[in-house]
Amino acid sequence: MAGITITGVVKGFGATPVLRGVSLAVEPGEFVALVGPSGCGKTTLMRIIAGIETADAGEIVINERAVTRLRPAERDIAMVFQSYALYPHLTVRENIAVPLAMRRLSVLERLPLLGRLLPGARRKRASIGDEVRRAAAPLGLEPLLDRRPGQLSGGQRQRVALARAVVRRPAAFLMDEPLSNLDAALRVQTRREIVDIHRAAGVATLYVTHDQAEALTMADKVAVMMGGELLQVATPEAIYADPADLRVAGFIGSPRINTLAAEADAEGRVRVAGVPAGLRAEACGALTLALRPEALRPAAKGLPVAIEHLEFLGDGLLLHARHVPDGAALVARLEPEAREGLQPGAALRLGFAPGRALLFGADGRRVAARADAGLVPA
Amino acid sequence: MRARIAVLALLGALVLMPYLWMVAASVKPVSEIFRASLSIWPEQFAAAENYGKVLARVPVLHYLWNGVVVCGGILLFQLLFAVPAGYALAKLRFPGRGIAFGAVMLGLLVPPHVPALPLYVAASGMGLLDSYTALIAPFTISAFAIFLFRQFFSALPDDLLHAARLDGMGEWSIVWRVVLPNAWPAATAFAIFSVVSHWNDLFWPLIVVQGHEHATPALGVLYFRSEEAGDDFGAMMAAAVLMTLPLVLAFLLAQRRFVEGIATTGLKG
Amino acid sequence: MAGALMTLPAGIAYLLLLLLPTLATVLLAFTDYELGATALGWIGLDNFREMLADRGFGVSVRNTLVYVGLVTPVSILGGLGLALLVEAGARGRAFFRAVFFLPVVSLTVAMAAAWQYLLHPTIGPVNAALRAMGVGTPFWLSSSDTVLLSLAAIGVWESIGFNMVLFMAGLTAIPRELYAAAEVDGARGGFDRFRLVTWPLLGPTTLFVLTISMIRSLRVFDTVAVLTQGGPNKASEVLLFTMYQQGFTYLRLGYSAAITLVFLAVVLALMWVQTRVLDKRVHYA
Repeated sequence: MAGITITGVVKGFGATPVLRGVSLAVEPGEFVALVGPSGCGKTTLMRIIAGIETADAGEIVINERAVTRLRPAERDIAMVFQSYALYPHLTVRENIAVPLAMRRLSVLERLPLLGRLLPGARRKRASIGDEVRRAAAPLGLEPLLDRRPGQLSGGQRQRVALARAVVRRPAAFLMDEPLSNLDAALRVQTRREIVDIHRAAGVATLYVTHDQAEALTMADKVAVMMGGELLQVATPEAIYADPADLRVAGFIGSPRINTLAAEADAEGRVRVAGVPAGLRAEACGALTLALRPEALRPAAKGLPVAIEHLEFLGDGLLLHARHVPDGAALVARLEPEAREGLQPGAALRLGFAPGRALLFGADGRRVAARADAGLVPA
Repeated sequence: MRARIAVLALLGALVLMPYLWMVAASVKPVSEIFRASLSIWPEQFAAAENYGKVLARVPVLHYLWNGVVVCGGILLFQLLFAVPAGYALAKLRFPGRGIAFGAVMLGLLVPPHVPALPLYVAASGMGLLDSYTALIAPFTISAFAIFLFRQFFSALPDDLLHAARLDGMGEWSIVWRVVLPNAWPAATAFAIFSVVSHWNDLFWPLIVVQGHEHATPALGVLYFRSEEAGDDFGAMMAAAVLMTLPLVLAFLLAQRRFVEGIATTGLKG
Repeated sequence: MAGALMTLPAGIAYLLLLLLPTLATVLLAFTDYELGATALGWIGLDNFREMLADRGFGVSVRNTLVYVGLVTPVSILGGLGLALLVEAGARGRAFFRAVFFLPVVSLTVAMAAAWQYLLHPTIGPVNAALRAMGVGTPFWLSSSDTVLLSLAAIGVWESIGFNMVLFMAGLTAIPRELYAAAEVDGARGGFDRFRLVTWPLLGPTTLFVLTISMIRSLRVFDTVAVLTQGGPNKASEVLLFTMYQQGFTYLRLGYSAAITLVFLAVVLALMWVQTRVLDKRVHYA
């Protein structure tokens, strides 16, 4: 059984808190994407799990073994770095072999020339060579084994970094934005390969990214981090459709989710700009009504808006509009055919199904809601 | 980490030893120096005598002034020659550019001692020995400066120069009004390298200078030692302190720039 | 053409002050020219033959090689050690960098005088300290047994900070993530990290430092001219000092030029070895 469990990890650089008590579990065989805007502390968290940095407080358990005070080498993990961190003086073969050589060969056996003469070293080196080839083959690196990193393309280097990570069969993979230095087309292709590697190895994987598309497409679970806190950990579907926090709703999804100021009376009837919104919340007072762009539809009943402009995307149409009562900007994603009759400046009503409406309290946490009579088209 | 500081402090003290004893001896009376006591701190102060002796016997200020004139003159001409040449080699196409660049690379290989003999003969033939011209002229052309500026200018974006040309500037005004203002990092690095090496140079001044009139600080120390001091180490050290001080002070004031300047131009050695 | 015009002043100066004099030196090396002589004769390789036969010149070459052999390794290993030590922590970094670099910007002639006092056989603090410890007191600069060693010590003192600064620049250029990767890959402490990351990535810096250290120490002149004049008994006679003496004391310009050529040949050979042979082994592109 291999997994990563971290509990209450706190870290500050000087007076600046970076991680404010983060707890997270990556189950054995699970792929968790840790996503958040830059500077949210996600890379720091990963480096603490790897042991490259030390936490001010908190516990880390990998493979049911407390590793908080162990050196990186003793944690049984492999890491893929954003810059790949390949050794420029070593060939691809030697780069991939490093994690094995450092563990299986003694200091003497690792010496150039002399090391090869020691008894047993030859056999150990041969078995390391076999394992290197086995790690390199599925990544298509075999023809490149004798080149140096400087002679490889960005995508090839990235594969070498992956091979170096898988060669030792570690208890957990840590990947720090491994695709961010690749161009868009290669990135999409490599996503698939990383998921395959994860499947084949079947170990806990924590994958840091700032790209929500990567997080949603690759992961079993997505952990959204902001301001040094984990806001929500859930399946990609739940993160998108059922966000627990307004900041999660705002971070995930493109174009950004629409938000409108709303309020609920004592019975929980929700009004937007004084008009009943067709929702009943399990709370009262000031609320935020959030609607995904694809949840909005031109309708007879709905939010009164003035059309600002239209963006044709090929497979869709983005309608940018302003909510007439309070001037809030709204974006609706429509079918391309819907363009007919839509003119900038024209008035329109945008309706939504009550089940697609998300309500958040003043503290940003999700508020449960159900359908009620109101703006919502019948 | 405490061990690191301790080791560094020990090694640092070792490196500073000559300075400490030099300054100490420069304020000690002769009798005390000859007792060879191990105490750095003087029992009697003889700073006034020692330094007074130096200032009275040799024209210290004049040596320092000579150093300034020679280093300043060398640097001025080096920049005057090297900046336009470096720009042309980096950004312009003209017949002979390949040969010119080859000549620069060739010049990098030749230590200044190599052309010294014929230059001496020529200076002597023209009656230029013992003059500022003889001290300055041989160093006005620096292949290294041209190379350094060429490398630096190559990194300037071509669009900047295109924009200047569209604004109606000629190549010469581009050099002085666009390129040079952007070359300060390279220029200061080179200036520090140039001044340090020529302020400290002994070989060439020793060859072309006779007498105090055009002596540089390095020669000044040598003269004072051979003519005046003999075994008067107090006065000798006072002279050494006076001649070393200007550059060391400049270094302490701008040590970051010095270190970077020497590190980036270290190539020439 | 503006470009040609811009290189013209530099080109003229280059021709008059560098290229022609260098070629003249080459020609001079095959003549018997003496300063003040009205005529000069072409004597072919006689100057070089004389050199080979001249025991003084042999001593000079040997001394120079010993000096280079002492100063280069010590100042490189010392400079590397200092750079690693200074860069290992944030505290005192700027201060110690300045301390070790100070000799580089100090007037060599003046500091040589300070060393002369420091190493003075009777009144020098070094021997005073040795006496206090009850150890023998060498004559340092005035004994032919220790003079080269003393000059080399001064040479190391002068250049160690220079090498340190070059190594520090090399160290800061090493990506931090490589050290993190080495940790994750199983490097077990400082030595492993040094073998796997620091040393190979310093390769280009080390080669560069090696070449310029050798060339700089090959050019030793100031300390010899100030402190020993090649003595005692030619024990500290070095290449450039011999060249200087032959040319400007004995005014034998032809012979001096021949020595200069030998010096130039050694410098060029070192640079050739650097660019042609070693460069390929330390650059990993």
